[in-house]
Amino acid sequence: MKICVLVKEVPDAAVQKRIDTGSMRLDRSGENNLNPFDTHAIEAAMQLKEGGDLQVDEVVAVTMGPGSAQRALQKAVALGADRSVHLSDDALLGSDVCATGLALAKVLESESPDVVLLGQQSDDGECYTIGAVVADHLKMPSLTQVVKMDVEDGKLRCERQAEYGYDTVSLALPAVISVGDAINEPRYPSLKAIMGAKKKPLDTKSAGDVGIDPGQVGEAGSQTTVISLNPPPPKQAGEIIEDEDTNETVEKIVAWLDERKLI
Amino acid sequence: MAGILVYALHDDEGNFNKNSLGALSEAAKLAGELGTEAAAVIVGDISDEGAQGLGNYGVTKVYRAKNVTEGLAQPIVDVMAKVITENDISYALFGGGLLGFEIGAGLTARLGAGVTMEVTKVKVDGGKLISERPILQDSQIADVGYVSEPGIIIGRLNAFDIKETGGSAEIVDLDVELSEWSTKAQMITRGEQRGADIDIEAADVLIGGGRGLGSAEGFDGAEALAGAFDNSAVAATRAVVDAGWWPYAGQIGQTGKTVAPKLYLAVGVSGAIQHKVGMQNSENIVAINKDPNAPIFEFSDLGIVGDLNKIMPKLTEALKARKG
Ligand SMILES: Cc1cc2nc3c(=O)[nH]c(=O)nc-3n(C[C@H](O)[C@H](O)[C@H](O)COP(=O)(O)OP(=O)(O)OC[C@H]3O[C@@H](n4cnc5c(N)ncnc54)[C@H](O)[C@@H]3O)c2cc1C
Repeated sequence: MKICVLVKEVPDAAVQKRIDTGSMRLDRSGENNLNPFDTHAIEAAMQLKEGGDLQVDEVVAVTMGPGSAQRALQKAVALGADRSVHLSDDALLGSDVCATGLALAKVLESESPDVVLLGQQSDDGECYTIGAVVADHLKMPSLTQVVKMDVEDGKLRCERQAEYGYDTVSLALPAVISVGDAINEPRYPSLKAIMGAKKKPLDTKSAGDVGIDPGQVGEAGSQTTVISLNPPPPKQAGEIIEDEDTNETVEKIVAWLDERKLI
Repeated sequence: MAGILVYALHDDEGNFNKNSLGALSEAAKLAGELGTEAAAVIVGDISDEGAQGLGNYGVTKVYRAKNVTEGLAQPIVDVMAKVITENDISYALFGGGLLGFEIGAGLTARLGAGVTMEVTKVKVDGGKLISERPILQDSQIADVGYVSEPGIIIGRLNAFDIKETGGSAEIVDLDVELSEWSTKAQMITRGEQRGADIDIEAADVLIGGGRGLGSAEGFDGAEALAGAFDNSAVAATRAVVDAGWWPYAGQIGQTGKTVAPKLYLAVGVSGAIQHKVGMQNSENIVAINKDPNAPIFEFSDLGIVGDLNKIMPKLTEALKARKG
């Protein structure tokens, strides 16, 4: 069996994210990193492989992105993936959710995975939809925000929280699962794994290699367009107290609450 | 009809979700401005009376697929894709929640449609809809248009207000053949409540506990702090509910409850969007967090940058002493 994990390179959490007003796209020129939510998906793949209830032959990390995205793949490999696939093509630039989902589905199709895993969201895009987009293209059942996953009779028994509480759902394979960040505690890569990551196979593929019609991706294939960017309505900045002397801090909090008749 | 189609989610008793009802009202309003009509789509065993009742929120038609079970996205994608294609629908609208995200995403793939999520407002411009979508932790608002029809609009939790207009909707029963892959996921149990049944909606003061409390035991401290206020309760983030530190009934946010107490005091909560949407209308927001860059400080009235393990016990003590 083969597990593919979709990963993404995102601006580092410490970097102030901003939009390039010319292209209306996220400025990705600063420090980048593997999307932290994706480490849970890799860990989930490793646990399926090591758990032994499924015969997992390999875990493949897959990404779409510019040349620098290879660093995210190397991190994924250091965390346990056996090899990686990098879909990179200028034609993909500016893809919206619709176009990105199609491109990722195409590159996944070329791998014929039995399980596709994703993180709950990307740290930069704040949309939690890619898993469900990819699943429909691949004609596979899917579930998002999964916080518990067990193998039962060759199916995945998953638990997740939806509008009314916890749902337990059984999915036949092949399937696409996005995992929530409470599903596991990702391991730290060993020094050996980090050193060895560059030696594991990495395939770079162009849009044409996986049968993507350039008219269906990038700006040409996107079905949404950003018309303008505006600042949010101004909001009165809150008061900030830096805790240096805790007794003093507490006094200030009590006074603040008292002033507003909250105590 | 080139109208707007809204998915109306319901629980196992047939009660419609508030966010869905808000989306119905919003769709009816927008349809009025566009000179078209709004319709709802429902699945499962909803009575004629229940279905017609959605007319009270301004929709004129209700498409009902009785043979499709509620709660899993992909069969509903089949239903909505059919209704949209056969009736030339221009937009699909979803109220905030989780299922709407999944169904909207499926439709995006199925119909090659543009999608926007976390939408806080929809405007009409030149006979078309434009969505306001906050991005980058709500630091910017993008106005997004749709290149083709249909456009898929997924609202943020509580973005659309419910408006009762009176009226009854015409029911159109559908027989939908499901896609092969839509039948491969099966609901075993739905809507399970985990942990004690606590009431956070009636409290004047809520202590919101997050992962920063460190463990289930960390919530003892939050409970002690709550005890120093009158009519108070302890609420939580999804992260700690999923970890089993606090009951689901106490969860605030996208897949939890929406609250607006007099005081919301957050301890060890980062302030993720999905949490914020459930508590941002609190009258006063106070946050204790050791990370000066935590998003919660962006919408707190009083922010304390520091270690809750040091501050919380002393604050509890001081408040108790005052109370006497
Ligand atoms: C589709 C979807 C739906 C979701 N629904 C919900 C929902 O309904 N409700 C919800 O809450 N979330 C929801 N989430 C999850 C949400 O994105 C966040 O992951 C979650 O809210 C984070 O919880 P947290 O603040 O407890 O944890 P974290 O984000 O890990 O934050 C912990 C905070 O504690 C601080 N901290 C740590 N130690 C200390 C200390 N000693 N002193 C002071 N501060 C400390 C840290 O600085 C940090 O800011 C959803 C996510 C998705 C994708």
